[in-house]
Amino acid sequence: MGLVEAILLTVFTAATPLLIAALGELVTERSGVLNLGVEGMMIMGAISGFAFAIYTGNPYIGALAAIIVGILFSLLFAFLTISLVTNQVATGLALTILGLGLSGLWGEAFVGIPGVKLEPIIVPFLSDIPFIGKLFFQQDIIFYFSIILLFGVSWFLFKTRAGLILRSVGDSHSSAHSLGLSVVKTRYLAVMFGGACSGLAGAHLSLVYTTQWIENMTAGRGWIALALVVFASWRPNRVLIGAYLFGAVGIAQLHIQALGFKIPTQFLSALPYIATILVLVIISQNRRLTMMNTPSSLGKGFVPDR
Amino acid sequence: MQPDFSIRLEKRGSASTLFAYFSPFIALGLMLFFGGILFAIMGHNPLHALYVYFLEPLMDTWSLHELAIKASPLILIATGLCLCFRSGNWNIGAEGQLIMGGIAGAALPVFFPTYTSFSILPLMLIFGILGGMAWAFIPAFLKNRFGTNEILTSLMLVYIAGHFLDWIVRGPFRNPQGFNFPGSISFSEWQVLPEMLSSGRMHYGMLFAIIGVLVVWFLLSKTMKGFEIQVIGQAPRAGRFAGFSPKGTTIFVFLVSGAFAGLAGIAEVSGAIQQLRPSISPGYGFIAIIVAFLGRLNPLGIFAAGIVLALSFLGGEAVQISLNVTDKIANVFQGLLLFFVLACDTLIHHKISFGHSWRFYNKGATHGAR
Repeated sequence: MGLVEAILLTVFTAATPLLIAALGELVTERSGVLNLGVEGMMIMGAISGFAFAIYTGNPYIGALAAIIVGILFSLLFAFLTISLVTNQVATGLALTILGLGLSGLWGEAFVGIPGVKLEPIIVPFLSDIPFIGKLFFQQDIIFYFSIILLFGVSWFLFKTRAGLILRSVGDSHSSAHSLGLSVVKTRYLAVMFGGACSGLAGAHLSLVYTTQWIENMTAGRGWIALALVVFASWRPNRVLIGAYLFGAVGIAQLHIQALGFKIPTQFLSALPYIATILVLVIISQNRRLTMMNTPSSLGKGFVPDR
Repeated sequence: MQPDFSIRLEKRGSASTLFAYFSPFIALGLMLFFGGILFAIMGHNPLHALYVYFLEPLMDTWSLHELAIKASPLILIATGLCLCFRSGNWNIGAEGQLIMGGIAGAALPVFFPTYTSFSILPLMLIFGILGGMAWAFIPAFLKNRFGTNEILTSLMLVYIAGHFLDWIVRGPFRNPQGFNFPGSISFSEWQVLPEMLSSGRMHYGMLFAIIGVLVVWFLLSKTMKGFEIQVIGQAPRAGRFAGFSPKGTTIFVFLVSGAFAGLAGIAEVSGAIQQLRPSISPGYGFIAIIVAFLGRLNPLGIFAAGIVLALSFLGGEAVQISLNVTDKIANVFQGLLLFFVLACDTLIHHKISFGHSWRFYNKGATHGAR
């Protein structure tokens, strides 16, 4: 296997959880809900995926458990912000703090225990294609799913009636309500979808990326996923670009260290966060782009008139 | 047709004063109840565990001093944050501002170890304040100049500050006689924030917290600037008509909260730890957000809330020692508490009715997120 292939493979692995979490959050935000709890849902997905893979010996059940726990966790957020109309920013933070605490509590028994790896699925024939085969057809199921998810979300948002409803709820909840659309139901489903994606993204970290449990192992990836949605100006295809860009930054950091450059490792570790700020600045400078795509009701609570 | 989501909110004509006072207590009660359930699931006697967590630390002088040491940064940071939140600016990077304050203040004793006179401590505090302000200025500037979302930038700056601290205590600030352990030299007499009372470790950080509370209380309730902050937060349009500057306010509140967080950072480094280490805070900057909300964004309420959340840290250490439960449980209690506080706050502005009946909601209006 060539060096380029090896590097690209690690980039793919680093980008997959970002892509999945960001796509989930994109759908949530398109419905007008800002869920800052991505980090908390991801870490809950990571620990529940890891735990259930060990309990059952089957990493697929682990991944499924992570999705379910992600949904359950997001329901907490949905109940507060949608049914009780609490402040979305503060509630999202609460979700993150709670997730970090609960996962630490649950994960204490798993520290230092080797996990169960989600083995790659080798697609017959296609995986024999030089270069491309190794990259695209010898991956784990979550990678394949992330690509399907990308097309699925694009198709759903822009080609289906349900997607249109979701976007209209996000753009003007009062108008959508007047038209007889159920704002509450739409938003609940969108938040749950986001939770499922964050949970799965977390499971990718603990079942593929590193097959062990480390406290706070998400290390801010949930927040980077949130930034990716802004970077992508709420468009799924641009999320793909962003996720792979950030995956590459994270990996470049490792390779720069390996090549022996005399840069302190801490500076390199800070690179993804610095890159996030730079990218946010560049994107937000383009007011027209952001204004045009930001869901107008984003972050605003909804209490029906009548 | 409405779907089967059977919780109905009806906006109250005016905020309920009853719930405004009681909602934090209801939230605390709920947190204790669910915390008890959690302990029971983990196989502990819930009443005993809650006793060990929340009451035992209040029983002796030593732990009361520890409580004050943990409460002072929380109170100080949260009073600064309440200005931000009241004006609609989401500074969630106080943790980073605290770290930078600690680093900036510690630079003096590290580079001038022989400079020991009464003047060094005030200088260290000023450096700490400036360090916190500088770090807080970045998200405020980016928000004003480019419209960049301050939630994400201030948070990213926490991670950057954390890595910077890790580098500095292993690199330029490392104690040459420290046997390669990460950490600066231990501060000497004049460089340490002294104890306030002879009975224990509590340092003057508590006094700073009290002053901070009073200053912000005065600012909010007695000055034009405080009024401006609240108008811009609650009714930005009205604020613009009145000629208030949203951008100026953003800079102002970020600088004040950065200054407070920076002061809390250097007070922690100089008073409690007395050297710079790879980790100088167990997340005070994040937990202060809970303090601000539990205190209902009111400086006096924040004082009480700071003590409650300090107790959540102390109790976490207590159950770790006597019940062998990881101190991560503190995060669980803190997260639960914020959930309940937010949920109970809904009661202040809304009547809640359950079931499908339509008659409960004949009036009310769509409104923004508080």
